[in-house]
Amino acid sequence: MDFLNAFVALSNFVLVPGIAYGSQLALGALGVTLIYGILRFSNFAHGDTMAFGTMVTILFTWWFQSMGISAGPLPTALLALPFGIAITMALVVGTDRAVFRFYRQQKAKPVVFVMVSLGVMFMMNGLVRFIIGPGDQRFSDGERFIIKARTFKQMTGLDEGLAIKTSQGITLVTAIIVVALLFWFLNKTRTGKSMRAYSDNEDLALLSGINPERVVMITWLIVAALATIAGTLYGLDKSFKPFTYFQLLLPIFAAAIVGGLGNPLGAIAGGFVIAMSEVMITYAWKKVAGYVLPESLEPDGLAQLLSTDYKFAVSFAILVIVLLFKPTGIFKGKAV
Amino acid sequence: MNDTMKHTLLFVAVGVLLVLEGTTTAAGVFSGSWNSSLTILNMGLISAIMALGVNLQWGFAGLFNVGIMGFTALGGLAVVLTSMPATPGAWEAGGQRIVIALILGAATIAATIVAYQKLPAGRVRTLAMLAILILGFVLYRAMLDPGVEAIEDINPALEGNIGGLGLPVLLAWPVGGLLAAGAAWVIGKTALGLRSDYLAIATLGIAEIILAVLKNEDWLSRGVKNVVGLPRPLPYEVDLQNDPAFVERAASWGFDATTASTLYVKLGYALLFTVVLLVLLWMAQMALKSPWGRMMRAIRDNETAANAMGKHVTRRHLQIFILGSAICGVAGAMMTTLDSQLTPGTYNPLRFTFLIWVMVIVGGSGNNFGAVLGGLLVWFLWIKVEPLGVLLIEVVTAGMAEDSGLRAHLLESAAHMRLFTMGLVLLLVLRFSPRGLIPEK
Amino acid sequence: MSEPFLIGDSMTGGYGKGPDILHDCTIAVNPGEIAVIVGPNGAGKSTAMKAVFGMLSVRSGAVRLGGEDITSLSPQDRVVKGMGFVPQTSNIFTSMTVEENLEMGAFIRTDDFSDTMEQVYHLFPILKEKRFQAAGELSGGQRQQVAVGRALMTKPKVLMLDEPTAGVSPIVMDELFDRIIEVARTGLPILMVEQNAKQALEIADKGYVLVQGRNAHTGTGKELLADDEVRQSFLGG
Repeated sequence: MDFLNAFVALSNFVLVPGIAYGSQLALGALGVTLIYGILRFSNFAHGDTMAFGTMVTILFTWWFQSMGISAGPLPTALLALPFGIAITMALVVGTDRAVFRFYRQQKAKPVVFVMVSLGVMFMMNGLVRFIIGPGDQRFSDGERFIIKARTFKQMTGLDEGLAIKTSQGITLVTAIIVVALLFWFLNKTRTGKSMRAYSDNEDLALLSGINPERVVMITWLIVAALATIAGTLYGLDKSFKPFTYFQLLLPIFAAAIVGGLGNPLGAIAGGFVIAMSEVMITYAWKKVAGYVLPESLEPDGLAQLLSTDYKFAVSFAILVIVLLFKPTGIFKGKAV
Repeated sequence: MNDTMKHTLLFVAVGVLLVLEGTTTAAGVFSGSWNSSLTILNMGLISAIMALGVNLQWGFAGLFNVGIMGFTALGGLAVVLTSMPATPGAWEAGGQRIVIALILGAATIAATIVAYQKLPAGRVRTLAMLAILILGFVLYRAMLDPGVEAIEDINPALEGNIGGLGLPVLLAWPVGGLLAAGAAWVIGKTALGLRSDYLAIATLGIAEIILAVLKNEDWLSRGVKNVVGLPRPLPYEVDLQNDPAFVERAASWGFDATTASTLYVKLGYALLFTVVLLVLLWMAQMALKSPWGRMMRAIRDNETAANAMGKHVTRRHLQIFILGSAICGVAGAMMTTLDSQLTPGTYNPLRFTFLIWVMVIVGGSGNNFGAVLGGLLVWFLWIKVEPLGVLLIEVVTAGMAEDSGLRAHLLESAAHMRLFTMGLVLLLVLRFSPRGLIPEK
Repeated sequence: MSEPFLIGDSMTGGYGKGPDILHDCTIAVNPGEIAVIVGPNGAGKSTAMKAVFGMLSVRSGAVRLGGEDITSLSPQDRVVKGMGFVPQTSNIFTSMTVEENLEMGAFIRTDDFSDTMEQVYHLFPILKEKRFQAAGELSGGQRQQVAVGRALMTKPKVLMLDEPTAGVSPIVMDELFDRIIEVARTGLPILMVEQNAKQALEIADKGYVLVQGRNAHTGTGKELLADDEVRQSFLGG
């Protein structure tokens, strides 16, 4: 039995990727949950908003690269990120003006909003494919690893290596900063509190003189920033492909619902629940089991519960369980 | 002009478009080929059936189904399972194991549910349920995996799947409906009765998963290797061309044998599809006018009031959700029959889910004729937006140099104009004409 | 008699385009007074108050505050003009702390409102104790105090309460009435709709009995309590 090696292998294949993916999902789910809390609908265009923001960031990254600007060991995309955020903000605020505001004034049913967001999704999807194409784009540069597996082995003398990609480190650090900023904003500033008040009780917020249009606009701005950051981090960590971002909708929605729609803290918890479950259920445990279990008990197969092709089934199964047993989510959300 | 006239004219207009497609090459949009015209018509008819199913859910009951693709794909699977001949030796090699494994899986879930209902809430129950699930899963995999492996080893280049029952292919259409209905039951049980958004998300999820199963379970559907050569309800073109009587008759109509055989088969499909469409349309109309349909719409318009009147809203919703999904399953089976192949890799939610939505909204949600019109019209547009887009880009970029990189990029990307245009159409209709071309009465 | 501070004068109107619910109904209140609207169920009590606050369309008649005609203003604008309103239900932000509720009450103020908050805490000491607790976790009576405190944060010139004692126990109701009298003693005019007619009229300087959207009886609280007809029809003899 070799717990140390087992733990390193577990970290390398499960914990580190899981935490990075969880952070990305959490940022995405925060966007969905904020829209739900303030505008009261599930925004199907969120995945494509992420794709759009990432695309703009990629375009700026390429431009910077062509001019020889770089961020040293860090990916150039980090320099391009503010520009991506700004343009995405303009896009979503414009979309709100052109599309969603009309239905707010009509006091349309939530399901109409969902359908409208579907139309927006279509258009954003078309726009992204039109500009950058449907294919895979890699845009990460700089140092690829914080620690390489081989260096780790030499340092520690263990059989198992632990590799941490730069993108994973950046993801975690950025996510912590972004979440801290967001919670500071929501809990400490007047505007942030007015957003929470509006989400809590719309009529009373109106009575208190809170301007709903301003709250909505600020929400969209925050959501654009969150979506762009989440998308760019995901793209740096894996790769950018418009269709993949559309598919991210399912785990993101699952994360937001598991945590309780409308509840920011829940979105973060949900993101990690979904990501960890996905990674753990699709991971082949043979190696870890080999270190921990006595030889006679070692599994013959890969000890993989589900093939990675079914990773969305994990999100879905968790979603179904939550809907069946606790539709308001782990942290009490708004919706039933 | 009264409404009936106007609506009839709209259908006539679609007919005219199809005739133009068959006869003229004007405006660079039409192809002037009857073959292409009939191809569009056939898919249009299938789309109309799907739109009819979605309209049942949305127009009658206000249920938002974003998983049409999944139900369509299940219909496709039904064709394989029903009509393909069984792969020789597959049943003995692993088929039995797989069936037992599936029964084990179902039993596990049933046992978990029983445990949930019978045991008192608490840690004991949670642990018991976990134990049942884990044990069940291990047994299931132990039973399933060798079976799957054995089947996939049978002549993998051509088969490697379990095959089907070898029944007539037309029988696969209702079977497709049944499979879709089963999936819809599971989803409906979970998500109906909660907020409307949840059904949308749950259906989105089930569609992704059905597709993942079709793509990865090679023993079932050969995955991305596709199942080709599905049986057809109509004769093959080659056989017709070799039939002297057919060639002679074609010649008397002034067609060569090749063209005639293609048109004959396509017309045959068009007829079959029209019959199905008319039957379903008649049924949908009867349902709409029946007390059941009136109640559905009453529930849609005021759920609280209907609930207060003692109508079991969730149960009604479940009924109509299953019915609508079943129709999508039938349409999916028809589509796979038309293609005579199952290609799990080509299912794409934009094309198979959201396009159908555009059809329903444009046609007129709540009106069956509207859905049918939307299906035919929007399908035509979907096919034609791409050449139009290319045309538009050519006009826009006419001033640029031939070798301009931007121009090349724009021309290359014109295909993606379809998504954009469809989104735009959906938004414009929702905004300015939310009742659609043929509004609900 | 001079014009009252706040008056809904001969109001006729209803919700949206619906039928008229109020018919030539007049409600008024002066500084230092508690005015109470009572009447049988469905008499349009809450509707009358909402009409004063601009939540339904007044088709004829007018609402004047300090002599200024505010009939065409939206409820939000009326808050700015100095009207504080406490709705009957969902009148607090349940997920926010007591202190945040008060802050949100003062949202339209740009000046320093810490004094006002101290005053509210002085008036409702229990709120100071629970200032960092989520308002949704408080008891019914405490929630009503949060709701009143929130409305007071704008330093309103008139306070309107829609059935503040709905659904609370008799003991809590007495305490709430005591608080309301205290608020009125600061000189703030209070207009209130009440289900518990007898207790309400006991503390009222002015009472309005509405029947089917019309003024049926008007007088001081004492007069109305002494009026045989009022007692028989609404106060149970």
